[in-house]
Amino acid sequence: MATNENKSSLNVIPRDEEKIKKIWKTALILLLLTAVEFVFAFTLPRGLLLYAIFIGLTIWKAKYIMMEFMHLGEEAKPLFYSIIVPLIFLVWLVIALMREGSDIFMIRW
Amino acid sequence: MSTTATAVGVSSKRGIWGGGNEPLKASYGKLMMWFFLLSDIFTFAAFLTAYAAIRVSYPTYAGPEDVFVGSNEYWPVPELVFDALPFLHGFHIPLAFVGLMTFILIMSSVTMVLAVEAGHRNDRADVTKWLLWTLLGGITFLSCQAWEWSHFIHGTDSGSMITYVNNLGRVVSETIYGANLAVNEYGPAAFAQLFFFITGFHGFHVTIGVFLLFLAFYQSAVGVYERRGHYEMVEKIGLYWHFVDLVWVFVFTFFYLI
Repeated sequence: MATNENKSSLNVIPRDEEKIKKIWKTALILLLLTAVEFVFAFTLPRGLLLYAIFIGLTIWKAKYIMMEFMHLGEEAKPLFYSIIVPLIFLVWLVIALMREGSDIFMIRW
Repeated sequence: MSTTATAVGVSSKRGIWGGGNEPLKASYGKLMMWFFLLSDIFTFAAFLTAYAAIRVSYPTYAGPEDVFVGSNEYWPVPELVFDALPFLHGFHIPLAFVGLMTFILIMSSVTMVLAVEAGHRNDRADVTKWLLWTLLGGITFLSCQAWEWSHFIHGTDSGSMITYVNNLGRVVSETIYGANLAVNEYGPAAFAQLFFFITGFHGFHVTIGVFLLFLAFYQSAVGVYERRGHYEMVEKIGLYWHFVDLVWVFVFTFFYLI
């Protein structure tokens, strides 16, 4: 009975080493990008340029996580766009709130 | 026969009006997970944008690094606030601990995607193994965050002299150690408030993720998914877990680096 229970009723497909290698490669890229951010945090002077680099690297990492780990690129195109296109609203949110914040700065200091 | 052949895929189990119609070629559960994650992206984006807006409304600390003192007059530099490690009391090791936390979360995301991959192959042993690693990564991350919070709340040995309005409405000047929602030794009150809300909301997501991971680990170990015939639940929980990692990548940049 016990052996029967442990026996797989589903057809187990053998490992595709190519696919697994790609996952580890993506992991390595993510860790390298984080390491680069770390090095920049201590070597480059703080300022707009450094912040732009940080945000660029972060969006680059986000792209890898969404495309390779969450397989968003493999979904049907309408699903892909219904996730990506609404993010346009965030552009407005960032512009509006940054403007607001710097105006408060001008009034306060 | 030819009338039943439509352009959309129809599941044989359910009729076209019973949810068997999948125009986006994703199951109902997976689709709803994606839309939930989209709404969650907006929640976290609102948090982080609010952080940025409040931050630019304060001047940044611009003095030399070795004489940094917290004050609610200016925004602190993150690497001068988050510089502690467990068991190494009093050392200035900037960002090392949060770097470790990032490493742990990214690695747990990798083991999760390996579990999802094993689920596609119906490999019960591999799914269970990788889910266990992911679960361990999640618990380790939460433990690190508990230490981080504890350290943030209790503060440094020296504290900082802060002038603020206390809860009786009086202006007081006193040495503050650590942080609460009203006052903290690092910077303006909003700094600690945002720290608690943003990392706390993320930690809450990780906690739910750990519960879900335990559920998936248990169910795959006892063979629930095998009897069901597919490992889609692992895939859905995987989406959630990757999202938690995705948010941390942004929290790490905006809270700890910039």
